[in-house]
Amino acid sequence: MQASLILENGAVFLGQSIGEVGKRVCELVFNTSMTGYQEILTDPSYAGQGVVMSYPLIGNYGVNDEDNESGRPWAEALIVRHLSALGSNFRCQGSLDAYLKQHHIVGVQGVDTRALTRILRSQGTMNGMITCGSDFSVQEALEELRAYRVSGTVERVTRSAAEVFAPEGEARYRVALLDFGVKQNMIECLRKRDCAVTVFPAHTPAREILDGGFDGVMLSNGPGDPADNVEIIEEVRKLYESKLPIFAVCLGHQLLALATGAKTHKMPFGHRGGNHPVRDVAAGRCFITSQNHGYVVTPETVDPAVADISHVNVNDGTVEGLRYKRPKCFTVQFHPEAAPGPMDTEYLFDEFLVAMGGDHNA
Amino acid sequence: MPKDPNIRKVLVLGSGPIVIGQAAEFDYAGTQACRALKEEGVEVVLVNSNPATIMTDQDIADHVYIEPLNLASVTQIIAKERPDSILPTLGGQTGLNLAMNLHEEGVLAEHGVRLLGTSPASIKKAEDRQEFKDAMEALGQPCVTSDVVESVEAAVEFAASIGYPVIVRPAYTLGGTGGGIAYDEVSLREIADRGIHLSRVGQVLIERCIAGWKEIEFEVMRDSAGNVIQICSMENIDPVGVHTGDSIVVAPTQTLANKEYQMLRSAALDIISALEIEGGCNCQFALDPDSFEYAVIEVNPRVSRSSALASKATGYPIAKVAAKIALGYTLDEIPNTVTGKTTACFEPTLDYCVLKIPRLPFDKFTTASRKLGTQMKATGEVMAISNSFEGALMKAIRSLELNVKTLRLGGLDDLYTEEIEEKLADVDDQRLFVVAEALRRGFSPEKINAITKMDVWFLERFQDIIRMEAKLEKGTPDAETLRRAKEMGFSDAYIAALCGSEAKEIKALRESMGIVPAFKMVDTCAAEFEAATPYYYSTYDRENEAEVDGSSQRRKVLVLGSGPIRIGQGIEFDYCSVHSVWALKKLGCETIIINNNPETVSTDFDVADRLYFEPLTPEDVEAVVELEKPWGAVVQFGGQTAIKLAHALTEMGVPILGTSSDGVDAAEDRERFDEILQQCGIPRAEGRTVFTTEEAIAAANAVGYPVLVRPSYVLGGQGMEIAYNDRNIAEFMRIINRTVQEHPILVDKYLMGREVEVDGVFDGEDVLIPGIMEHVERAGVHSGDSISVYPSLHVEDKHKETILRYTRDLAKALGVIGLINIQFIIYSDQVYVIEVNPRSSRTIPYISKVTGVPVIDLATRVMLGEKLKDMGYGVDIYPERDFFAVKMPIFSFEKLTDVDTGLGPEMKSTGEVLGLAESFPQALLKAFKGANLRAPKKGGRVIVTVRDEDKGELLGIARGFADMDIEIFATAGTCQALNDAGIPAKLVARVSEAHPNILDMIASGSVDLVINTPTKGRKHDTDGFKIRRSAVEHSVACVTAIDTARAMLRVRAEGRSADLKPVDITKI
Repeated sequence: MQASLILENGAVFLGQSIGEVGKRVCELVFNTSMTGYQEILTDPSYAGQGVVMSYPLIGNYGVNDEDNESGRPWAEALIVRHLSALGSNFRCQGSLDAYLKQHHIVGVQGVDTRALTRILRSQGTMNGMITCGSDFSVQEALEELRAYRVSGTVERVTRSAAEVFAPEGEARYRVALLDFGVKQNMIECLRKRDCAVTVFPAHTPAREILDGGFDGVMLSNGPGDPADNVEIIEEVRKLYESKLPIFAVCLGHQLLALATGAKTHKMPFGHRGGNHPVRDVAAGRCFITSQNHGYVVTPETVDPAVADISHVNVNDGTVEGLRYKRPKCFTVQFHPEAAPGPMDTEYLFDEFLVAMGGDHNA
Repeated sequence: MPKDPNIRKVLVLGSGPIVIGQAAEFDYAGTQACRALKEEGVEVVLVNSNPATIMTDQDIADHVYIEPLNLASVTQIIAKERPDSILPTLGGQTGLNLAMNLHEEGVLAEHGVRLLGTSPASIKKAEDRQEFKDAMEALGQPCVTSDVVESVEAAVEFAASIGYPVIVRPAYTLGGTGGGIAYDEVSLREIADRGIHLSRVGQVLIERCIAGWKEIEFEVMRDSAGNVIQICSMENIDPVGVHTGDSIVVAPTQTLANKEYQMLRSAALDIISALEIEGGCNCQFALDPDSFEYAVIEVNPRVSRSSALASKATGYPIAKVAAKIALGYTLDEIPNTVTGKTTACFEPTLDYCVLKIPRLPFDKFTTASRKLGTQMKATGEVMAISNSFEGALMKAIRSLELNVKTLRLGGLDDLYTEEIEEKLADVDDQRLFVVAEALRRGFSPEKINAITKMDVWFLERFQDIIRMEAKLEKGTPDAETLRRAKEMGFSDAYIAALCGSEAKEIKALRESMGIVPAFKMVDTCAAEFEAATPYYYSTYDRENEAEVDGSSQRRKVLVLGSGPIRIGQGIEFDYCSVHSVWALKKLGCETIIINNNPETVSTDFDVADRLYFEPLTPEDVEAVVELEKPWGAVVQFGGQTAIKLAHALTEMGVPILGTSSDGVDAAEDRERFDEILQQCGIPRAEGRTVFTTEEAIAAANAVGYPVLVRPSYVLGGQGMEIAYNDRNIAEFMRIINRTVQEHPILVDKYLMGREVEVDGVFDGEDVLIPGIMEHVERAGVHSGDSISVYPSLHVEDKHKETILRYTRDLAKALGVIGLINIQFIIYSDQVYVIEVNPRSSRTIPYISKVTGVPVIDLATRVMLGEKLKDMGYGVDIYPERDFFAVKMPIFSFEKLTDVDTGLGPEMKSTGEVLGLAESFPQALLKAFKGANLRAPKKGGRVIVTVRDEDKGELLGIARGFADMDIEIFATAGTCQALNDAGIPAKLVARVSEAHPNILDMIASGSVDLVINTPTKGRKHDTDGFKIRRSAVEHSVACVTAIDTARAMLRVRAEGRSADLKPVDITKI
């Protein structure tokens, strides 16, 4: 069946429908990862967004039950060049197409994804509509597209109730993890380091965590404009004002920056992929990181008395990490939990453990 | 860290002659690295024995030594040049081993030379089997478990500890004779017992069997600060068991989920970190298709064939970055020249699919075993880029130039289905096509996977292609089908063949439907950043990125490359293409190159103004032509590949710069050429055109034996033989007719004279011949396999005059503008023409370097209208230099089982080395050293066994060896002849006679040289064939032409190793 992708700038791409037949409006973003489409689809940070995979062959290894980053796919839509009808892999449990249908995700294949990526890169992230069949009006679509804004997504993706995850071995630390749209592998990275993890809904009052007897707090990744989360930022500030070790990733990193007086801004097209180089300023070393963000902390708004910029992006110099003057508090924009992407910065979880151990000023 | 200021003068080692397993990729890497070093103001001293390379050009390095790559020679160069550092990781295994040798022998320490990049200890850790194993164990990286055992019981015990199946490899037997895979204890007992008995040392290696696992490669880099990145992942479609150089490889990996992918990526980065490599590194893994289990197969702490492929596949210049890292820079300090915005510290990401197919030499070596295994056999490779796997595959198949358009190989459709099923288990170069045939016969991908272990995903893609074929066979396709077929890489010609149409009609049809090619950029970053590098591939997608600036006033010239490296068309033609591009740029032209060989300099993104990585077929070239609308095209430099396209280009309306396609035809068409010779009054050997054996015999008797017999349509001497009698003719005709029909066969008088070769530049009036080259071997040995000497030794002035006249007359008559290559024979005081090629030749790079005449530059300028008189190099024959240059052919026989090493009219060499010295014997000695061929010394032993025709000439040679106290052994006939002449020779038993016979003697290692001239015929059961193969397999020098033997004697008699001096060709 024909499917069309209509862009906010009026461009129309024709292709074939994949996944659910239907209509969907979303913010279009491109991801340059060559593997990990299942992790990307199930990453709650993509809520409200349609993902354009720049790698043209998607679905090659199918889908399985182990590689979900959350209970369901959150991306609104998937746009690919070629979708493999069948997956081939020892863990494959079904085709990507069947998976999309099962979860009511719309999609389109047969699109010149490179041309689309070039539009998003040069004109910036924009909204798009996928519609199936040949009966549509670009004019009507454009009105709808201009009106769309990703909002309220943290509320949509977060848990409704706290959930406890047992450590793999004997519990060494108890971690409170605020779920703004957490990826399962973040929890796993803590579990395999023998942390008992209590995952809290996004709107959990700080008090509840501070009273919970935890050794440290993690602020998770998540979708949307960080500045929208006014109440959450207030609670994060309270956590910051405590003595608990804090480690934050992506949206969590942005929320803490906002809570401590810095500002964030929307990037033209963000960073989404598994090849972004980040320099650890103090160590002088570079690391290849997994990234997924459209907003970033504005460097001039970071008060040097509050925090140092600890990591910068080697490509564009954007802020990739903050180390706060307040002890045992560090945050990164990239994803040390990877999934998908390189695992080169997973050691940051070890540093968090050291911080919780109290014997070093991590 | 910025550049280390103490590094001022760096020695770079090349990889030597092109052999199977070490080819043009090191010229590409070396050239790129030398340019990177010079860019940093470093003085570069280059050593490489291979004169056909671009890296040995005067403008690539400051000091260029085309000298043997051995300890003595490089030690001399170090003492003379006093470099402060050496870069060991760019010259393949040859360069790396030599650098390690220099280090271990204390040469580097003595002269205060620092090894740049990876430390010797690290190199040793990666290269030494045991140290590597230990290092991997310490890292927790699994290796393929193995152990050497000497008894069946020990084998059984070890196998129990690692689990079945196991591979049994007897030690010191050729090609693993007697080994096998044991699936249980019973079969192990049997195989191990046999293996232990067959092994010369009574040992077998028991190894865990991972055949059938996925073979995955990662190219990674590390700098001195410890930053590590991955450049490219690659998946071999052929599972573990086939050498990666002989495998079909796809990049990036296709069947790995993120978990497996990251697991292996992390392993590769852990390995390069633990080995503390500074530069590039290749890690090969075997991955169990049914679990996360993997094993490290191999690590190469240097640039490699895979890194060249990875560079071209991603756009990331690995060798250049490795060179900068060696100078002290860290990755984040090195700019990414592709984007111009980012740094080298990032991981390339692809938004296309890249496929490499090896080019195997079995079209030339028809008798060689086609079986593929752990010994690489490919001479070259092609690469194709598309946004689909099918598209890349179809393009790559077309690029091979094997007359195959798709996944269909002639002959397979004649086989019974049972035979196809049996053939599926054969691991050879045809397997891809056998798999496709099996799919056509209805085999399921699962069934084929069970036999071949090729991943089902790949088989599904083959299936897609076959389904599309079936669809197209139903008749003229609709728009959707046609678009899909084009996206899948089907050529118009093939679509037309399937649906019963003409290529032109299909093209018109699709154009009317708006189905036209769109070019996309290789930019390292999947369009995330704006890139400035014009490196393109075609798709049938929507947006064309290769925008053409219509307002440019520059003349736009298309240069066609030479495609995959194969025997007869090697790296020399890439040299010519690249030089032509450089010359055109100097002339203010905008240059466009089309080529499909990832190993070459020509496909480096900063050589031409625009690079199209595409198959070299009329349709693929036309797509570029229609977009770029070039002012002219150059086809003389890309070998036969480019010449073949001259007609098509003319039809497209693109003017051919220089010699027209008609001139090319005139040289190749026997009748037209004969007419031209007659016109010019140039004699050639008498000959006849025949069709039947009877006619051939009659013709041979008419012109008189010996005669050359060959099919008329082939090049490079393929299928050519010398016949001495009617029986030979009958035999050759039978062989020729088995593979060829419809084409006439040529029977020419074989003139056993001195062969002379010239390259000339002709501008329409004048000719410039940079030098006359004389072959050591007389006519009958292919010019590419002959030792060639400059300046000529035995050509009288009157003959030189004749050669000049003939060259000029022929060039004029053929309408040559640019290059002409002519082979002459001087026979009975008369000059004959054997062959004329109005194009670049194999000898251009070498003659350019030794004479200092920039032949390609001049030819290119001539093509654009300049006159030789105005260029400052004069006309006619360029003055001879006062030193000698000897070009020596290099063969790869040890890699190709069942290939006859006897030299003849058909070319067999893969590469060449050069010897430069002030006298002929010294130059010859250097060339022999470069070729690693040693003439026997006093007290040494030579076995001689020659055909009757050569016995007379052998006497003098044998006497010469005998006079130097070299012991001579000979088989009965030869021995008799020698003894009759009073030359001491001992009898050695023939192959068919009782042991110990000649083969035992060769195997014993007590012989230094075998002189064996082949008798006629292509049968492999002859004694001579066995003798020659045995010599190759036991690494005994074997000379198969009487003239080569004489040259060897001369080297022994007159060569003085102690007096050899390295020559810097930039100073001569």
